[in-house]
Amino acid sequence: MVLKAFFPTCCAAADSGLLVGRWVPEQSSAVVLAVVHFPFIPSQVKEFLAQVQQTSQVGVAVLGTWCHRRQEPEDNLGHFLEGLSAIFSHEPWLQLCREKGSTFWSCKATRWQGSTSPGAPSEDQVMIVFYDQRKVLLSQLHPPAILPDQETGDAAAGAVGLAAVFHTVARSEVLFRSDRFDEGPVRLSHWQSDGVEASILVELAKWASGPICLLLASLLSLVSAVSACWLFKLWPLPFIWSKLSTCEQLRYRLEQLTLIFSPQKAENPSQRMRKANMCVSVLLDVALGLTLLSWLHGKGRIEQLADALVPVADRVAEELQHLLQWLMGAPAGLKMNRALDQVLGRFFLYHIHLWISYIHLMSPFIERIVWHVGLSACLGLTVSLSILSDIIALLTFHIYCFYVYGARLYCLKICGLSSLWRLFRGKKWNVLRQRVDSCSYDLDQLFIGTLLFTILVFLLPTTALYYLVFTLLRLLVITVQGLIHLLVDLINSLPLYALGLRLCRPYRLAAGVKFRVLEQEAGRPLRLLMQINPLSYGRVVHTYRLPRYGCHPTHSWGSLCRKLFFGELIYPWRQREDKQD
Amino acid sequence: MENEQSFSDICGGRLALQRRYYSPSCREFCLSSPRLSLRSLTVVTSTVWLAAYGLFTVCENSVVLSAAIFITLLGLLGYLHFVKIDQETLLIIDSLGIQMTSSYASGKESTTFIEMDKVKDVIINEAIYMQKVIYYLCILLKDPVEPHEISQVVPVFQSAKPRLDCLIEVYRSCQEILAHQKAPSTSPQAHQKAPSTSPSIQKASIVSRGK
Repeated sequence: MVLKAFFPTCCAAADSGLLVGRWVPEQSSAVVLAVVHFPFIPSQVKEFLAQVQQTSQVGVAVLGTWCHRRQEPEDNLGHFLEGLSAIFSHEPWLQLCREKGSTFWSCKATRWQGSTSPGAPSEDQVMIVFYDQRKVLLSQLHPPAILPDQETGDAAAGAVGLAAVFHTVARSEVLFRSDRFDEGPVRLSHWQSDGVEASILVELAKWASGPICLLLASLLSLVSAVSACWLFKLWPLPFIWSKLSTCEQLRYRLEQLTLIFSPQKAENPSQRMRKANMCVSVLLDVALGLTLLSWLHGKGRIEQLADALVPVADRVAEELQHLLQWLMGAPAGLKMNRALDQVLGRFFLYHIHLWISYIHLMSPFIERIVWHVGLSACLGLTVSLSILSDIIALLTFHIYCFYVYGARLYCLKICGLSSLWRLFRGKKWNVLRQRVDSCSYDLDQLFIGTLLFTILVFLLPTTALYYLVFTLLRLLVITVQGLIHLLVDLINSLPLYALGLRLCRPYRLAAGVKFRVLEQEAGRPLRLLMQINPLSYGRVVHTYRLPRYGCHPTHSWGSLCRKLFFGELIYPWRQREDKQD
Repeated sequence: MENEQSFSDICGGRLALQRRYYSPSCREFCLSSPRLSLRSLTVVTSTVWLAAYGLFTVCENSVVLSAAIFITLLGLLGYLHFVKIDQETLLIIDSLGIQMTSSYASGKESTTFIEMDKVKDVIINEAIYMQKVIYYLCILLKDPVEPHEISQVVPVFQSAKPRLDCLIEVYRSCQEILAHQKAPSTSPQAHQKAPSTSPSIQKASIVSRGK
């Protein structure tokens, strides 16, 4: 196999010295991590490397020599470098050399063992692959090459292929801590050798985050203890809480905040990313909410909104009355059964009358309520949208009631019709065996059954029409609520931090690597540049999407149509927790 | 060493294959499609604008015209950035892997790199594409669990779709490099592909999905 030497781009301008890194025999690749400069004492270098090996669990060793000829060719340096192979024995021994003013390098890899002629070394073909050490150190491969539970022990052997290079560089951070201003025994050259960079703000934030996290965590635990109080578990309060989407949203946000401000540090990168995503999502939510708040409270919009609310509800009720009058006449030219029509129509009209009176009763308090609800926007835009969805549900409660009445009536009719149809054919439903069996009926049973069947069949169009109209209205309301919930879900689950990272620092989220062939010259070793191939935006969203609380329809189109046909009630907002209980 | 040759694709269009031999262990094949022609662009734009103008004379709303301009611009940008592939490159490096790059007309490049450990072989396969039966070059990937099983077939030059003569050239060069990888290994491989004068063409048992 061709020997691959992974060389950091930052060391290409370094002075001559020893190459320090890790040798991966399975892929025949040498990952160079740093260059040790003259003067050095070999025993101190060996001691330093043993320390690094113990701390980082990476098999760091001296791989060869690096020669950077700045002035005229120095022959004595060449001989000196060759003599070093006797002191630091390594199979194979790399010798990289760069001439002054030349972009082409020369490289030799000699092996003493396993060569065909004993006493003479065998040379391997070498390929030099340049890599940016800082980017490779900071990037994360997707999918991760090493699972988190394999981190202990010599886990560096677990990574296969090019992931081994990433893993080696990432685990050798202790090697990069010493820079050229240190007074240590060994002088190294790597990406941080010009001095470790740090930001004062970041350090201050890290120092301050400890007490702040503790304080906020205790506050949040207090809030959750209060909400878990027995007072809130008295019926019918839990029933109401489960129906309101605002409570779900608040609970979700509380869980997220508890996770963000928990005093424990995140163990692995995916937990860190999740925390960061949640944090950014909450901040964006609050920012959008405050924008909405400032917009609402300016220029007297609250009064406009409150003044518009009651007439809108009146208008909706008036339209419903017109609709019912239309149904009570001859809707679309269909002839209804007069008596049933009048009964149903008057029943529903009375309901609307009750509803209008209720709205008018509430009208003096509407402005105060809207003002207080508007304040909730400071908790976040998602909370305001959930409240809007709940208000729509409350204002269209009469449509929901009509839908339930119409659906129950229609369902009863369909059940009756199907049972009497079986009687008409001389069959009956066997409850024990759960199938249709033949049955001999008496004459009077048949007579009454047929009469009832006829009555129900002729009353079917009227009931079906009322059911159809109210189901359509209910579906319209559900669609509007569904769109609002979709928007809330989007804000909740979009991983904004990960997307921002992909936009600004694409090398942090790596899907793989890509190679570029650098200028070539015949007879010289092949030179390649290894760059990081960033993850695509779709994969980023898919990998880092935050878990939603699952407020989406749980049935497919087929079962929905079936339920509509048989008049069963549709509950679109079945929560996931109900399903698991 | 560079070499340029002209071939044709399955529809009869002109393709240019550029071969670069960087070293005995590294070769690159670059297939360039013809660029976006001014004629087709003019035809499409005029059609859209004539239709928009016709709609404008019917409904007397100038929003239709601005919408048509907007749609044309966005459509052109989207086409150049997401659809039109100008050049496809295959870079094969011995003992490192195979890299496929597609360059779009807007300059965007999308790269995929497959490590040599995962590559089982490079073959020419047959497929049914619309009403034709075409040949395409593909890379077979090993199954991580079963080393003798194939887990995935990755087609190469999907947008250029060159004909068999071009594929044979690329196939021969790839096999020369893959032979280095297989020669020193002691375990016998299931399919030994020595570079031969007539390439072994495997009949496809799968129906191609088109693109």
